[in-house]
Amino acid sequence: MRITKFTHTLELGFKSLMLRKLRSGLTILGIIFGVCSVITMLAVGNGAAFEAQERIKNLGSNNIIIESIQPAESDSTEQENTLSFGIKRRDMDSIKRAIPEVAGIVSQRLMNENVIFRDKQQSAQIIGTQPSLRSVESIPILRGRFLCELDISQQNTVCIINKSLADELFNYLNPLEETLKIDNVHYSVVGVTSEQGNSKQTTANHRVYIPISSMQARYGDLIIKNSSGSFSAEDVQLNKLVLQMKNPTAVITAESQIINLLNLTHKEKDYKLTVPLQLLKQSEETQRMFNIVLGSIAAISLLVGGIGIMNIMLATVTERTREIGLRRALGAKKSDIITQFMVEAVLLSLIGGLIGILLGIAVPQLISNFTSMNAIISPGSVVLAFIISALTGIVFGIYPAAKSAQLDPIEALRNE
Amino acid sequence: MIQLKGITKVFPLKGQEIHALKGIDLEIASGSFVAIMGPSGSGKSTLLNILGCLGRPTAGSYRLGTENVAEMDDNTLSDARGRRLGFIFQSYNLITQLNVIENIQLPLIYQEVSLKEKLPLAIELATLVGLEDRLDHKPNELSGGQQQRVAIARSLINDPLMILADEPTGNLDSTTEEEIMQILIKLNKRGKTIVIVTHDEAVAQHTERIIRMKDGLIYQDEICPNREEASSAL
Repeated sequence: MRITKFTHTLELGFKSLMLRKLRSGLTILGIIFGVCSVITMLAVGNGAAFEAQERIKNLGSNNIIIESIQPAESDSTEQENTLSFGIKRRDMDSIKRAIPEVAGIVSQRLMNENVIFRDKQQSAQIIGTQPSLRSVESIPILRGRFLCELDISQQNTVCIINKSLADELFNYLNPLEETLKIDNVHYSVVGVTSEQGNSKQTTANHRVYIPISSMQARYGDLIIKNSSGSFSAEDVQLNKLVLQMKNPTAVITAESQIINLLNLTHKEKDYKLTVPLQLLKQSEETQRMFNIVLGSIAAISLLVGGIGIMNIMLATVTERTREIGLRRALGAKKSDIITQFMVEAVLLSLIGGLIGILLGIAVPQLISNFTSMNAIISPGSVVLAFIISALTGIVFGIYPAAKSAQLDPIEALRNE
Repeated sequence: MIQLKGITKVFPLKGQEIHALKGIDLEIASGSFVAIMGPSGSGKSTLLNILGCLGRPTAGSYRLGTENVAEMDDNTLSDARGRRLGFIFQSYNLITQLNVIENIQLPLIYQEVSLKEKLPLAIELATLVGLEDRLDHKPNELSGGQQQRVAIARSLINDPLMILADEPTGNLDSTTEEEIMQILIKLNKRGKTIVIVTHDEAVAQHTERIIRMKDGLIYQDEICPNREEASSAL
């Protein structure tokens, strides 16, 4: 009938804790905060990591991205307001020739223009590109099709728009039957993508894909900007190159080759190289550090909670010395006494742990709802917090319990 | 049958050795009612602790029923206390969180017994000490005398070979003291072996044998002549 002894111990432990409600409550509070902060900290860390890594993954882990950037103000004034910089079409060819690991290469030109349909006008990003962009950036097609090789070779005036733009312009009309106007050229809509974009401004999320050849034919390389009475011109052949490598290992080796290659022709640093795979690795590394730091801070509060338990249990043992003596006289073994005090310590920490878990699930929700931070609770962290709280009870209960069992029954009975 | 032979007990104290018991030979027959008396420092408490299996003698043998207690380890000693002995203390020592019936059943917790099966026995014992209408009271709702009755019932729950009472009436007034002594006498008449440690001569006079101790030795062991008178006088 070991059950009898155990249920008695459990019941008695509970009763003893209830007898000192304030004291037990305060002790439990330490554990609650500890467990809650472990879960919350890990959830906040997780959320941050998840967002960063999602963004990077969207860039594609086999890809290398080269973007044109305007170099720092240097001798541009001498060239009569015409700024020539960035990636050239010949760069694209030389990369293709020099690096065999490149599986695909997609160029993009980007512009911001107004898109007009009947009486509606929306500003959107116009992307002149090639059909392979779809696979390289994994663009999800909702309706119709993406660009095809024929569009490029024939310089078709067709476009693919994303869903947010389609909703704004066409409402209930079928976009695939309509044409829209950009800079007085009519483009017929042949496809809709389901991209949402990650900017919070809606206009920046509107996208129009057109064949790069059509864009080249319409605008040339020179883009003239009219800003407050004076003209400035930018000569940019390509805004963005996305190289798709054959495998992730090639990504790392190709990076330095590309830099060497581009430095031959580019005197100024007018391009930016982004390697999503490396970003991902860096982000994971940063995240690990971040998690360790957050976790340690939370662990310290759990440790303090644990010390609180030990403190209270030591006081309880001293207070109940006579009871220990009595129980020993009535036949309790040392192990029975140890169990009794361990049960109380573990009860304290488990009750604290459970409440802490509930709070730890609620707090990240609140953080997600009321701040821009995204907190993601992983089931692992909840299990971890529960195990830690149980362990806290055991670890910090052992010493007081052992101390109680070591009491000489005679001395204990004599204690006033 | 309880038999002690050549029991000695030595305590180390600040490098010196204190000889608390210097060779005790004692036999207590089943069903007897014994008082151990003596001034403080005479070794009577040490003897009680050894009798109660709370401590082991330095030398000598102690037979409790069929077992030699002097050779037991800590766990078997706990077991011996739980199964063969009943304790009554001066300060009752009830557990405040438990009610009367739970306190009476407390020793059973450490035995492999079902509390449910023994519930009728616990109620019977509560009735025996006159607390049948207080079964669910907590100790702080009882008077000193009532608390000591609970302690007596508790000492009986495991049907012990011997009941050890350490100054059982030390905290009580003289009327209550009489009541408690009468209960003990009643139990003795039913065949229980009872050993009382006391320095109260009046209490000792209720027993049938008084063992007087001095300096760790028994110096007088007498059959109490007054017992019948004392009990009939009540």
